[in-house]
Amino acid sequence: MISKDSDIILSVKNLTATVEETPILKGLNLEIKAGEIHAIMGPNGSGKSTFSKILAGHPDYEVTGGEVIFQGQNLLELETQERALAGIFLAFQYPIEIPGVSNLDFLRVAYNSHRKHKGLEELDTFDFEDLVEERLDVVKMDASFLNRSVNEGFSGGEKKRNEILQMALLEPSLAILDETDSGLDIDALKIVANGVNQLAKPENATLMITHYQRLLNYVVPDFVHVMYDGKILQSGGKELALKLEDRGYDWAIEEHEAALV
Amino acid sequence: MSTQFATQERVSYLTQLLNLRSPANSDFSEIRDRAAVWLQELAIPTTRDEDWRFTDLSSLLDIQFQAPPKVEISPETIAEFVLPETAQSHLVFVNGKYASTLSNLEALPEGVFVGNIAQLSAQKRDRLGEYLAQQPGNEEVFTTLNTASLSDVAIVWAAKNKAIETPIQLLFVAATGDAPTLVQPRCLVVAEAHSSLTLIEQYTSTTAGCPDAKGDRVYFTNSVAELWVADNAQIEHVRMQRDAGNAFHIGKTAVTQSRDSRYTCHAIGFGSKLSRHNLDVFQAGEGTQTTLNGLTLISGQQVADTHSTIALNCPNGTANQLHKCIIDGSAHGIFDGRVCVPKAAQLTNASQLNRNLLLSPKARVNTKPQLEIVADNVKCAHGATVSQLEEDEVFYLQSRGLDRQASEHLLVDAFGAEILQQIPVSSIGKILSQCVSCRTYLT
Ligand SMILES: Nc1ncnc2c1ncn2[C@@H]1O[C@H](COP(=O)(O)OP(=O)(O)OP(=O)(O)O)[C@@H](O)[C@H]1O
Ligand SMILES: [Mg+2]
Repeated sequence: MISKDSDIILSVKNLTATVEETPILKGLNLEIKAGEIHAIMGPNGSGKSTFSKILAGHPDYEVTGGEVIFQGQNLLELETQERALAGIFLAFQYPIEIPGVSNLDFLRVAYNSHRKHKGLEELDTFDFEDLVEERLDVVKMDASFLNRSVNEGFSGGEKKRNEILQMALLEPSLAILDETDSGLDIDALKIVANGVNQLAKPENATLMITHYQRLLNYVVPDFVHVMYDGKILQSGGKELALKLEDRGYDWAIEEHEAALV
Repeated sequence: MSTQFATQERVSYLTQLLNLRSPANSDFSEIRDRAAVWLQELAIPTTRDEDWRFTDLSSLLDIQFQAPPKVEISPETIAEFVLPETAQSHLVFVNGKYASTLSNLEALPEGVFVGNIAQLSAQKRDRLGEYLAQQPGNEEVFTTLNTASLSDVAIVWAAKNKAIETPIQLLFVAATGDAPTLVQPRCLVVAEAHSSLTLIEQYTSTTAGCPDAKGDRVYFTNSVAELWVADNAQIEHVRMQRDAGNAFHIGKTAVTQSRDSRYTCHAIGFGSKLSRHNLDVFQAGEGTQTTLNGLTLISGQQVADTHSTIALNCPNGTANQLHKCIIDGSAHGIFDGRVCVPKAAQLTNASQLNRNLLLSPKARVNTKPQLEIVADNVKCAHGATVSQLEEDEVFYLQSRGLDRQASEHLLVDAFGAEILQQIPVSSIGKILSQCVSCRTYLT
């Protein structure tokens, strides 16, 4: 939902970053306002996951230039957990498994760290279980997943749903979904998309990274961006995604290169 | 570098330790004498002995130990070690001697004897010779020293067909004075045919607060536990070594299993400056099941060594071992596990895994899982892993709002939980998991 005078949630200006000295992001610009849903599409290796992990504060990447302002704060100065507490949430492309840590304990500790940050009392085990059961409904997940180790032995789709469950609990102001739709069958896709739509509010924003138009039929973006070689080449409305699906990325890259000459 | 003592000194040091024993009791004179003769041929091992390569006992030899003093300790001191599950089923030994006023056995059902040797019925006393100091591997030096010094024995004896539900706690408390002290606890456990019991064998000290806190008192616990699991009997055994931070602990667990019996050991080693656990299981009948779970948690300058042997001697036996070490600071963990599968042990199934988590750059581990297989129709697997905390796991947790310390804490906890959750007495798992977080993050 676009509204001209909404607050700016995220402003990225000329961001450059490297991994092990190799430049990956090469001058990325993006602005996201409250209430908006954005989608980034782009070929494999163009830097989409890198960008999302940099926003989350992953230590493998070094920011070499530019700025990222998140709700008025310099995001790049914050530690990973400070970013999470400030309202950034990344649903990982490949959520990792953590053997031995119960999913329920993990969710409770994560949820309570946010409560504590807001100066609220932590929820005890019983109250928290009630809350989780209610949120499980957002992703139509079975309660039995709570007693298993975090993501351990979960199918691809179950892992993605577990990410959205976390998002439903933590209620971020910026949710970044890195290919949350990949590997989902149509029923799971609808469930995930439905969850994302339920959680989208006028005061928060969503950034989806995807390869497929299919997701965008269910979660309709206000803006679509094409990413290539560490930059946003082109931005448009939802019709841009249809054009990309139809014609691939080559035309966008050619147009971009032609403009450079 | 520590000095290597000449052989003569290591022999005479052993004699000095033997000379600390109390006068013979007629029950034991024969057993003691036999062991004392063996001892003349033995010496304190050096790192040149294959079995002690990584565990250097030189610092022990620097200390002049004395016999334990006579002390009275109050029930309040003991109360903190007694578990809710064993409030009326605990037997207390102070400095290796039975403390009747501190023990409470009111909740024990019929069919099990728990007490010291003096309380044993004449009938059972007649059968003692079948069990006491009769385990294979008795001639090991520290076991021999303990046997040669025998003066009191904690005994648990479950009668045939009796399923003892109430867990039984044997609490061996070191209450030492300023002088370095040698304490030599001993216990004997007999589970007759078709019986079952749960045993908690615990070593600790009266040092206030955290039992494995760095006390200033130096003592040396040299313990021996002998367990006999008869046909189709079952023992769940929790062994908790939580001697004080300046203590030496050398402990033997010797188990002989008869046909179709089941033995599970949960060996917990948190305490002592230097500790060694010798765990020997001998499968003496067909179809026996052995499960060894272990968790070592050490930090600072601690050294903790686990040497285990499972001898599968008969067909259709199974052995599963998982030993984990959490090593922080400059501590040093050692694991040496042998699983022997001779020709006679066909159709057996053995697995052994040692997993180590190093929490600091100076933490060290030496691990040597060993399968010695001669039989050809068997299923065996073994391995060892050494890892640090996974950065990706830490990042995942941090990205959900946990700070670095809370993230690491959750992961360390999870590493230990795999062992602690299997302990059949639930309060122990809870107490120990608190200790895991406290020990790894407050020191
Ligand atoms: N930790 C890393 N170490 C080395 N190279 C990396 C690392 N992370 C990313 N890269 C490289 O950076 C480039 C961009 O990768 P990234 O994962 O961001 O692409 P992507 O756009 O998300 O691709 P996909 O559509 O396949 O998910 C790739 O060439 C990748 O190999
Ligand atoms: Mg990607």
